[in-house]
Amino acid sequence: MERLRVWRIGLLVSLVMLLLAGCSGDPSLSVLDPKGSAAKIQLNLIYWSLGLMTVVFVIVITIYVYVLVRYRKRKGQNRMPEQVHGSTKLEIIWTVIPIAALIALAIPTVQYTFDLAKEPPAKDTVIIDVTGHQYWWEFKYPQYGITTAQEVHIPVGKKILFRIHGKDVLHAFWIPSLGGKVDVVPGRVNTLTLDAQEAKVYQGKCAELCGAGHALMDFKVFAQKQADFDKWLAAMKQPVASVSASSSEANGEKIFKQNCMGCHAGINPNIQGPNLNKFATRSTIAGILPHNDENIKIWLKNPQAVKPGTLMPKIDYLNKDELNDLIKYLDSRK
Amino acid sequence: MGTLIVILVLVLFLAAIFTGGYNKQFQERVRKSRTWDWLTTVDHKKIGILYLMAGLVFFIIGGIEATFMRLQLFVPGNDLFVGRTFNELLTMHGTTMIFLAAMPMIFALMNAVVPLQIGARDVAFPFVNALGFWLFFSGGLLLNLSWIFGGAPDAGWTSYTGLALNQYSPGPGVDFYVLGLQIAGIGTLIGGLNFLVTVINLRAPGMTFLRLPLFTWTAFVTSGLILFAFPALTVALLMLMFDRLFGANFFDYTMGGSTVIWEHLFWIFGHPEVYIVILPAFGVMSDVISTFSKKRLFGYNSMVFATVLIGFLGFMVWVHHMFTVGLGPISNSVFAVATMAIAVPTGIKVFNWLFTMWGGEIQFKTPMLWAVGFIPTFVMGGMTGVMLALPPADFQYQDSYFVVAHFHYVLVGGTVFGLFAGIYYWWPKMFGKLLNETLGKWHFWTFLIGFHLTFFPQHFLGLFGMPRRVFTYQTNVGLEKLNELSSIGVAGMVIGTILFLINIIYTLRKGKKAKADAWELGRTLEWSIPSPPPEYNFAQTPLVRGFDALWVEKEAGNKSMTPAEPLGSIHMPSPSYIPILMSLGFFVAGFGFIVRGIPAAAIGLIIVVVSLFLRSFDYDKGYHVEPEDPEKGGKE
Repeated sequence: MERLRVWRIGLLVSLVMLLLAGCSGDPSLSVLDPKGSAAKIQLNLIYWSLGLMTVVFVIVITIYVYVLVRYRKRKGQNRMPEQVHGSTKLEIIWTVIPIAALIALAIPTVQYTFDLAKEPPAKDTVIIDVTGHQYWWEFKYPQYGITTAQEVHIPVGKKILFRIHGKDVLHAFWIPSLGGKVDVVPGRVNTLTLDAQEAKVYQGKCAELCGAGHALMDFKVFAQKQADFDKWLAAMKQPVASVSASSSEANGEKIFKQNCMGCHAGINPNIQGPNLNKFATRSTIAGILPHNDENIKIWLKNPQAVKPGTLMPKIDYLNKDELNDLIKYLDSRK
Repeated sequence: MGTLIVILVLVLFLAAIFTGGYNKQFQERVRKSRTWDWLTTVDHKKIGILYLMAGLVFFIIGGIEATFMRLQLFVPGNDLFVGRTFNELLTMHGTTMIFLAAMPMIFALMNAVVPLQIGARDVAFPFVNALGFWLFFSGGLLLNLSWIFGGAPDAGWTSYTGLALNQYSPGPGVDFYVLGLQIAGIGTLIGGLNFLVTVINLRAPGMTFLRLPLFTWTAFVTSGLILFAFPALTVALLMLMFDRLFGANFFDYTMGGSTVIWEHLFWIFGHPEVYIVILPAFGVMSDVISTFSKKRLFGYNSMVFATVLIGFLGFMVWVHHMFTVGLGPISNSVFAVATMAIAVPTGIKVFNWLFTMWGGEIQFKTPMLWAVGFIPTFVMGGMTGVMLALPPADFQYQDSYFVVAHFHYVLVGGTVFGLFAGIYYWWPKMFGKLLNETLGKWHFWTFLIGFHLTFFPQHFLGLFGMPRRVFTYQTNVGLEKLNELSSIGVAGMVIGTILFLINIIYTLRKGKKAKADAWELGRTLEWSIPSPPPEYNFAQTPLVRGFDALWVEKEAGNKSMTPAEPLGSIHMPSPSYIPILMSLGFFVAGFGFIVRGIPAAAIGLIIVVVSLFLRSFDYDKGYHVEPEDPEKGGKE
C-alpha cells in the first residue's frame, strides 16, 4: 500500500513536470532566452546556482526518502530506538561542505556584481535618460536631442547606458531578455548598462508596484541594426511636416491644441503626459493597445477603463467629426 | 459626535434591558459569565486559545483575499478585480497573513506551550500577556475595518513610500495600515518581552538553558528578534504617520526626504520578521520529529547554536531586499555574502532533522505528516533563497513571480506547515481532545498538493517575465497555462482548510479525550500534566534531571516527574478588565486619527491614560488555590 502511494505521487510530479516542459516563455520576454550580455551573465549565474542547489536537494531527498522508507514504524513493531545524542564528525561534514559550496558560489557572484556595475566608456555608448511616470515611460537621447515615450530604439551590439530617473513613486525598469532590472527611485538617478545582440523587438515591464495601473506599465525596446537605427534617428530629428491649411488635419491640430497640448507638450509642469511628437510611428496606444484608429477612440473615450489610475482624462465630448479629425492629425505626425 | 453619543446611550439602554439592569446581582452575574471570564483572563492557556482563534479567523480572511486574486489571474485580461481593488487585495493579503495570521498563531503556540515546557505556572507578566493579545486584536480589527470605511490600504504590505504618501494614495487606506499595525505592533513587542523574561526567570529547578526543548529555544530567540526588530517598524510607521497626518516630509524627496529611508527601516524590521515567523516553526518541527521518531533530537547543541546564529544573521541581511535600489556593488556584495551564510545554519538544521529520524521508529501521525511535508518544501524555498541572494541573478528575479514563489515556499511551506504541525501536535494539550486523524490526513494531502500546484509554476512565471503584484498579464507569451495551473492549485488549499475547520468542529463535539501524555511518546514537560492542564499547570513544580525531562523519568522507570517542592497552596493572578479597556482606548484613538477626528482620538488616548492610572493603583494581590493532589484522585 505504502509503496503504491509513493508511485502515485511520483507519477503526479512527473505529469506536472511534463506540463511545465510543454510551455516555455516568449523569446521577447524570457529570462531563460537571453539576448544581451548582461542577461547572459545573469543566466549563467542562475544556472550555476541552480545546479549547485540541485545537488544539495538531491542529497537531502535521497537521505529523506531512505529514512522515511527504512525507519517507518511497521505493524506490530515496538522497537526502542537508540537515543543518539549526535555525531561531531557528521556535523562538521555538513557544516564544512556547504561553506565550501557557498564560497564556490560567492566568488563569481561578487565578480559579476562588480562587472555589471561598471559603466561603459562614454564614446561608443548610447546614453538614454529614462523617466518612470505613473504608468508610462519617457525616453530622452541627450546625445541626439530626441524625446520619445513608451518605445525605445537602440542599436544592436552597442552598449546602452540607461540613466534612470524617478519623479513620482517607485517603479522598476525591466527588460528580461536583455538583463536584470533596476529601481526607479524618486529623487535619484540609477544607471543600467545593457546591450542587445539580436535585432528584435523586446518587451519591457515595470516591476515595482506603482499604483492602480502598475500591471499595464509596459514598454517596447526596438533593437535595430546600426544602419536602421541611424535612419530612425534621422527621421526622429526631422520636424513634423506642417499640415495644409483647411484640411481635416488642420482642424485636428486645432482640437489637439485646445484639448491635449496642456499635458502632452509639457506646458503644465505638474501634469505631464507622454510626448506625442511622431505619434504615428508608434506601434501601441498607451503602451498596451495595438495602434489603430479604433483603439485610439477606445482610449480617448475612457482611458480609465483601459489603464486604471491613468492621469489621462476622458475625451468623450468631441463629436464624431472632431474625433476623426483629431485622429487624422495624430496619424499625420510621422 | 452627537450621533455617537445617541448611539452610545441607546446601546447602554439595550444592554440594561437585556441584562436586567444594574443591581446587586448584576456584577456577580457578569463576573461569573463565561464571556467575561474569557475577556478578562490572564491565564496563558486561555490567551493562547484566543490568539489561535483570532489568528485562524484572519488566516481565513487572508486566504479569501488570495483566492480572489488567483481567480482574477485565472485567465489573462480578466476583469473581476482590477486596478485599485486588486492592489487592496494584495496589500491586505500580505499584511493580514504576516501580521494577523502568522504572528498570532505563533504567539498561540508560545502561550500554550512555553510555560508548560519550562515547568512554569504562567508567563512572567500575565497582565501584559493579556494586554498584548488585546492590542494585537484591536489593531487587526482596525486594519480590517478599512474594507468598510473608505477602502483598504493599497500600497503593498511593504507600503513603500512614494506610493504610500498622501499625494499618491489619497483616502484613509494607508492610514488604516499605519495605525492598525502600530497598535498590533505594540502588542507583539510587549508579548515578545514577556516571553524573554519568562524563559529567563521562570524555568523549573534543573531546567538549564541547554535542557530547554527546542520549541522553547526558538520561542526565546524569536522573542529576542521581536525586541530588536519591532522598534524599527514602530519608528517607520510613526514617521509615515507624521507624513500622512501632520504634513511632515520624511519620505517626500521634493522636500528633502527620501523613499530609500523607508525601505531601509522597513526591511531592518522586515527581514528579522521573516525569522520571527520561521524560527518557531523550526522549533515545532524539532519537537514533532523527535517525538514521532521516538528518538532524542540529533545534535541538540548545534541545533541551539544554529537557531541563535540564524537569529543573529537575520539582522545583517536586510539589503538583499533592496539589491535593485542602486546602493552600489560593495554593499550588494557584502549583504549577498551575509545572506548566503544563513544557508549554513539552516542546512545544519535540515540534516539534524533527517538524522533524528535515522534509526528511529517513525509514526506518521498528522503532526508528523506536516513535519515530513515541511522538509522538502522548505528545502526548495531555501534553494531559491540562496539563488535570490546573488545580486546579479536577483536583478532578474526581483519583484517577479519568482520571488512570490520563493517566499510562499518559505512562509507557507515553512511557517504554515510548522503551525499546522504544532496545532495538531499540541491541540490535545490545549483542548483536552485529539483532532481527528483521518480528517487531519486529508487536510494535509489536499493542502500539500494544492500548495505545490499553486506555487511551483510561479517560479517559471517569474522567469518568463511576469512581474509580481499585477492584476493581469499578456497573452501569447507563455503565461496562460502556468497561471491557470496556479489558480487551480488554490482549490486544494481551500479544501484542505475547510477540512481543518470541519475537523475542529467535529473534535470539539465528538473528539477523543486526550490523556496527559496524549501521543504516548511525550518527551517534554508539557506531557507530564493533564490535558488540558489545571489553571496552575503544575501542582508541584517538577525537578528537571536532563534534556527531554519527561523521557529521562520514563527511562528511569518513573511514571511522573519528581516534584521539587511540597504540595501547597498556589498563588494565582486575578483576571483584569484593564487590558481590553486599554486596547479599546488605542482602538478609538487609532480610528480617531484615521478619520482625522481629533476629539475622538483624544477620547481614545484619555481611555488609555485612565486605564494606565487604574492599573498603577490596582492593589489586587491575586488569590490562592489549593491544587488537587495528583497522587490521590487527581484528574488524569
